[in-house]
Amino acid sequence: MSDSHNIIRTPLPRGRSLWSDGLRRLCRRKFAMVCFAVVLIYFSLAGFIYLAELFDWQVGPTLWNEEVGASYETPSSENLLGTDIFGQSVLRKTLYGAKVSITVALCASFISIAIGVPLGAIAGYFRGFIDEIIVWIYSTLSSVPYILLIMAFAVVLRDKTIFGYKLTGITAVYLAIGLTSWVGICRLIRGEVIKHKGRDYVLAAMSYGCSERRIIFKHLMPNVFHIIIIDFSLRFVAFIHAEVILSFLGLGEVDRPSWGAMINDARIELSRGVWWQMAAATVAIFLISLALNIFGDALRDSLDPKLRIQ
Amino acid sequence: MTAYIIRRLLYTIPIVFGVLLLTFVLFTLIGGDISLEIAGKGATQETIDDIRREYGLNKPLFLAWDSQFINHFKSALTFDFGRSRDRELIIDKIKRGVGPSLALTVPMFFCVVIISVSLALVVAFVRGSVWDTLAVFICVAGMSIPYLSFILFGQYFLAYKWGIFPVFFSPDLTMAQYVALPVLIGIVAGLGGNLRFYRTVMLDEMRSDYVRTAFAKGLNTRRVLFKHVLKNAMIPIITRVVLAIPFLFLGSLLLERFFGIPGLGHMMIEAIGSRDYFVINAMTYISAILFVLFNLITDICYSLVDPRISLE
Repeated sequence: MSDSHNIIRTPLPRGRSLWSDGLRRLCRRKFAMVCFAVVLIYFSLAGFIYLAELFDWQVGPTLWNEEVGASYETPSSENLLGTDIFGQSVLRKTLYGAKVSITVALCASFISIAIGVPLGAIAGYFRGFIDEIIVWIYSTLSSVPYILLIMAFAVVLRDKTIFGYKLTGITAVYLAIGLTSWVGICRLIRGEVIKHKGRDYVLAAMSYGCSERRIIFKHLMPNVFHIIIIDFSLRFVAFIHAEVILSFLGLGEVDRPSWGAMINDARIELSRGVWWQMAAATVAIFLISLALNIFGDALRDSLDPKLRIQ
Repeated sequence: MTAYIIRRLLYTIPIVFGVLLLTFVLFTLIGGDISLEIAGKGATQETIDDIRREYGLNKPLFLAWDSQFINHFKSALTFDFGRSRDRELIIDKIKRGVGPSLALTVPMFFCVVIISVSLALVVAFVRGSVWDTLAVFICVAGMSIPYLSFILFGQYFLAYKWGIFPVFFSPDLTMAQYVALPVLIGIVAGLGGNLRFYRTVMLDEMRSDYVRTAFAKGLNTRRVLFKHVLKNAMIPIITRVVLAIPFLFLGSLLLERFFGIPGLGHMMIEAIGSRDYFVINAMTYISAILFVLFNLITDICYSLVDPRISLE
């Protein structure tokens, strides 16, 4: 006897996940979406320069070292942002600088996430001795002033050969930033994992007999992942500014244009009234920082479940 | 209470040990033997050996009473960091640089705190209005301008072009003269981030129950803000201020470089230029010690004020 015909198919209301909910709310903020578009433009510019260098396309930014005019030419319709001391186009150099900055910020983010997130999750989940060791490591790192720590790493790592690979230019920069900035995310993830570990869904997963690795990576990680995204949309700005300062101090890329190096050039040029190189680099940094800051704030407001009820 | 303070004191030992371990790994293990660099290109083997002997680089790394590892700890704990590249004792150099650095950072820091806390009160007063949104936007915009641009444009316009301030440090200027412009630039550059932080602190406090009670009693906004919110908001504000004090001793790398102020930041820049690991090592260690010390003081003060803490 079958009573399948008795089952009434009630239409279930479609569940809204945290992500779809957050995305919906994010899309409603028009200004944040404009900022996101600006960030995307910077990223695609950096990606385009990579492709152009890979396939040897002769386009603007990759021809930055071509002489387009006399030394220190003022901005005109021909050279939109003027020229620098070698007669190279400032516009091309500024565009090329996006590649350096974005590469450094992206690589540094990946390194610090790769170190900070697993360490934080392990410390928060297992507690005990391993937690104490990890807390000790990050308390040590955070008791040295941030900029001093980055500089110390950058100075020591520069031009070192590690595992037969020479750390030149920006490699040392993003290693230095990445190896020192995982503390913040590690602390956040640890705190969040401690909080989540007492929740019912973790208990349920434990009682199924899930392995610890599965609980951490399949159950806990998706629930704390939004923190990583929010944290890094805001931290990205700090990385870009750190790269500028390191390049300025002569610890960054030497034979290619970067925004920090352009500002360093401007130090001498400004007294001669040459302001365009300085202005170009400032505006380039300002735009991406502003866009990232506003977008990061909007992202936090939309994804943070604590604000969801309001 | 006493037990808490003792426990807290003991807890600083592993942190200091950790910092020393970090500097050892960084400057001795990864940094490696820099005697060749110090000696220069055309140096004879004898000179290189002499340099190695002076810096103790000829000794074994670990596993001996006279190893580099033990000596690293010894020199740090006795504050004897040896000599820098220009043959001056590093500790003397640091003592000389602290004065100008503090002259720059102390007025800058306290002006930033006072101005941004007062502005934050004003912003909290008009919260939710167009002015509030505008203030936040200006803060974010100010945070997005690179620090270097503030310095360069400030120096160019205010000192070089309009001649209101001296462009560069020179020994015959009074301290107030050469510090004025860098302090001004530092205040403007630091205002955005700080104002935004203190605004968040104030608004968080505005959501508490006691504020609702105060409003329900019929107090006006000004009275609630100054009498109730400000007092309670002082706790996170003071924490932030006390924890920032050790960083004041470091000076400001970029401001000191641009204005040629002979402080610790300037010394660091020179050390980076000449790859003088010993100076950077000393500065890293000293700043970490200061940070640990001030952290300790904050925690002990907390436990004095709030008896719940020592129970943890």
